[in-house]
Amino acid sequence: MVGSASASPRGENTFPKILLRNAKVFGDRTAFREKDFGIWQSWTWSEVSEEIRAFSIGLQSLGLSAGDKIAIVGANRPRLYWAMVAAQALGAVPVPVYADSVAEEMVYVLGHAEVTFAIVEDQEQVDKLLSMSDEVPSLKHIIYDEVRGLRDYDHTHLHDYASVQQTGRDKLAKSPALAGEWEKGFAGGKGSDIAVMLYTSGTTGRPKGVMLSFDNLVISARNGNAFDHLDETEEVLAYLPMAWIGDHVFSLAQAFTAAYCVNCPESMDTIDVDRREIAPSYFFAPPRVFENMLTMIMVRMEDAGKTKRKMFDYFMGVANKVGEKILNGEQVGLKDRLLYSLGEFLVYGPLKNRMGLTRMKVGYTAGEAIGPEIFRFYRSLGLNLKQLYGQTEASVYITLQPDGEIFGDTVGKPAPDVELKIAESGEVMYRSPGVFVGYFKNDEATASTKTPDGWVHTGDAGIIAENGHLKIIDRAKDVGKLNDGSLFAPKYIENKLKFFPNIKEAVAFGHERDMVAVFINIDLTAVGSWAERNNVNYASYQELAAHPDVYGMIESHVDQVNRDLAQEPMMAGAQIKRFLILHKELDADDGELTRTQKVRRSFIAERYEPLIDALYDGSTSKHVRTEVTYEDGRKGAIEATVEIRDMTTYDAGKGMQEAAE
Amino acid sequence: MNAIVKEKAVAPEPAAETAKREVLLKVDNVSLSFGGVKAITDISFDIQKGEIRAIIGPNGAGKTSMLNVINGFYHPQEGTITWQGKVRRKMKPYEAASNGIARTFQNVALFKGMTTLDNIMSGRSLKMHRNFFWQLLWHGPAANEEIEHRKKVEEIIDFLEIQAIRKTPVGKLPYGLQKRVELGRALAMEPDLLLLDEPMAGMNLEEKEDMSRFIVDVNQEFGTTIALIEHDMGVVMDLSDRVVVLDYGKKIADGPPEEVQANQDVIDAYLGVSH
Repeated sequence: MVGSASASPRGENTFPKILLRNAKVFGDRTAFREKDFGIWQSWTWSEVSEEIRAFSIGLQSLGLSAGDKIAIVGANRPRLYWAMVAAQALGAVPVPVYADSVAEEMVYVLGHAEVTFAIVEDQEQVDKLLSMSDEVPSLKHIIYDEVRGLRDYDHTHLHDYASVQQTGRDKLAKSPALAGEWEKGFAGGKGSDIAVMLYTSGTTGRPKGVMLSFDNLVISARNGNAFDHLDETEEVLAYLPMAWIGDHVFSLAQAFTAAYCVNCPESMDTIDVDRREIAPSYFFAPPRVFENMLTMIMVRMEDAGKTKRKMFDYFMGVANKVGEKILNGEQVGLKDRLLYSLGEFLVYGPLKNRMGLTRMKVGYTAGEAIGPEIFRFYRSLGLNLKQLYGQTEASVYITLQPDGEIFGDTVGKPAPDVELKIAESGEVMYRSPGVFVGYFKNDEATASTKTPDGWVHTGDAGIIAENGHLKIIDRAKDVGKLNDGSLFAPKYIENKLKFFPNIKEAVAFGHERDMVAVFINIDLTAVGSWAERNNVNYASYQELAAHPDVYGMIESHVDQVNRDLAQEPMMAGAQIKRFLILHKELDADDGELTRTQKVRRSFIAERYEPLIDALYDGSTSKHVRTEVTYEDGRKGAIEATVEIRDMTTYDAGKGMQEAAE
Repeated sequence: MNAIVKEKAVAPEPAAETAKREVLLKVDNVSLSFGGVKAITDISFDIQKGEIRAIIGPNGAGKTSMLNVINGFYHPQEGTITWQGKVRRKMKPYEAASNGIARTFQNVALFKGMTTLDNIMSGRSLKMHRNFFWQLLWHGPAANEEIEHRKKVEEIIDFLEIQAIRKTPVGKLPYGLQKRVELGRALAMEPDLLLLDEPMAGMNLEEKEDMSRFIVDVNQEFGTTIALIEHDMGVVMDLSDRVVVLDYGKKIADGPPEEVQANQDVIDAYLGVSH
């Protein structure tokens, strides 16, 4: 409903055309700001339009023409955003590149995209590009924004942004008809033309160039604007990498379609101060940013005086109790409401001001799962923080949490105009107006990702919960099936287990087996402190891990996970039947974890084969001998008899009632 | 080599260029003693406009004394100093400052309780024209003048990339940043000659690289002439156009870095031989 109304085209279907419309309709409104020399310098839409036109004509006289690829390298700066639209006006395709990517990766992207022009931020990027000019033979011109340090360079193929723009201005002054011709140049532009090419970072294999059309971006952006009621009065802070689809949509596509103002920070180190000064009304950040802000507040509160700390604790208690309910518009008693208002005045308001979120109307977090307590903290302050699930290939939006329907473990409902389905394999698939045109020069990958009728494989396995919200459970390639055909998502089960502080690591088995069984590693710090409090004596990790009381405690955790799983129709079949507690900590030195502390599943399966066999042959204990490597490199062995416990499972949808009995 | 020529423009031969350069400051037969201790004996050299001039030497060679002489803080008993073509009379250090000589110190000498911004602003005080009473009154001309100066200071903050610490009290900053702020304050005076007394002392490698970059940029972007004392030979050899070497208060070598590096007296002075 919300989306379809807005998705109706308004005539302007490309960014250069939207620019002209904004200059006409919102001519005097601020379009861009950048903090420079300690002051927020600003440009109105009509000024931006003039800047882009002059630069675009300057590019034209350097020889940029339709179909050319133009690399954009640098931090968020108005001139770099303008350069993208200036290129689009000539029919060229901007290719934003991660400024901090290593030379090898950048060479690959620039070479693969066959860029002829590059617009870069400063000397650092110029040096980087010059060093790779041998490997990128197509590159003809480099244009830089910041002149510092570049005075003595050979300027045959190197240009200053301002001078390119000046060329454009001079030409316009000489022949006034040029402006009309320039506009005519893109008046016939189609929505299906390629607007931008974004390279996905790709954890496996080479980055792929995702081609997005104007239709993809313009329609998705308009849908996003309508969904959250965004208009020309919004303020956003552009601080995430320009090569990332999120920034491209929030700081360019949505900014142009809604005509709101984009603010570029002074430098990467001043973002916190800049955010406080701007107080964005629409804010996007990966979970890490929210985590850092929360940590900073907590650290400062530790140092605060006694009265302040007491006040903070008390009102955070109030917020925790009723904050989210008030935000969701639920019924709350008068006393709590009054207390919350007092808290707003004394604590929440100043906190939000400190974080620069006072004016935040809508905030999104995405990229990875956000910790439930962190998410709740911000929401209880009255901040409308939501989660979304998106991809470059979808022009961001796949699912969004609608206002008032926020659940920590789901990523929301399909965004406007997005169709969603779960494939046989459990993989999430979608079809939308934002679906990419294809991967550049990679038809094979395009064909394997996008079906002929427009459905896209996300690579993520998920389920649609009863309330219609999507829940992402695992990477699709890790998801398997039990012999009875039920879905087995190891990471989903492991994450549920690891949610308990006592469980440090878990490894679930079950693919092509009869049942699910898990290895558990206890957390020495948490369990150790529990043991201390409960007078449990132990001399070593091994002894503590094998202690009957510890087993009892872990058993109750596993039972809780089974009850949770039983609640989810798709997952109920994958309840844990048997578990054991490993006699040693999984360790990167023994090759059981990667250096980034991720479980190496196949290696563990091989190393502990006897234990896995024991899990599945019904024995109640197993004697094992495991070789270990000490920190100084010496080798030794640990011998232990590991107990195996059976678990009760619950019928789908039953766990809750039984728990209540 | 394809479309783009990657070499930077080749700098003109240093020797050919130095000959043409105008002399900014000339030191002739200067001697300085404290009581019976001779700190500097009969030293002559010059600093040319636009160059980076290094003064090096082992500990106690008289480098800082030399800088203090140039600065007008010490008055040599013998010899003359010619500044911008005129022989200088005995003067106070602040006169050197208003004549266009700025310096930083071996040990950071900032106002610790004041912010970075205020510290750099203090470098502009010699350039304020409105008197104390106008400044008290504040509104009108004094305010406008301050805005002008603030603009200049913001350019320096931008140049030195210290935006993030603009409002931080200097005492809270790490040493490397304090050094940068001190350079900023010296730059705020828009000096013709910038004296740097061990700008890299106590810095780690990364901070040294940053500081070297800033020194080169100051020299190239603003055309400021720089005289520096430094112990890190790598830095000296990379940065400077010409090097003068002092030992026991006497000049033992003077010339381009590679020439000085090969000079036997210099090698002896640093490695030590029996005198």
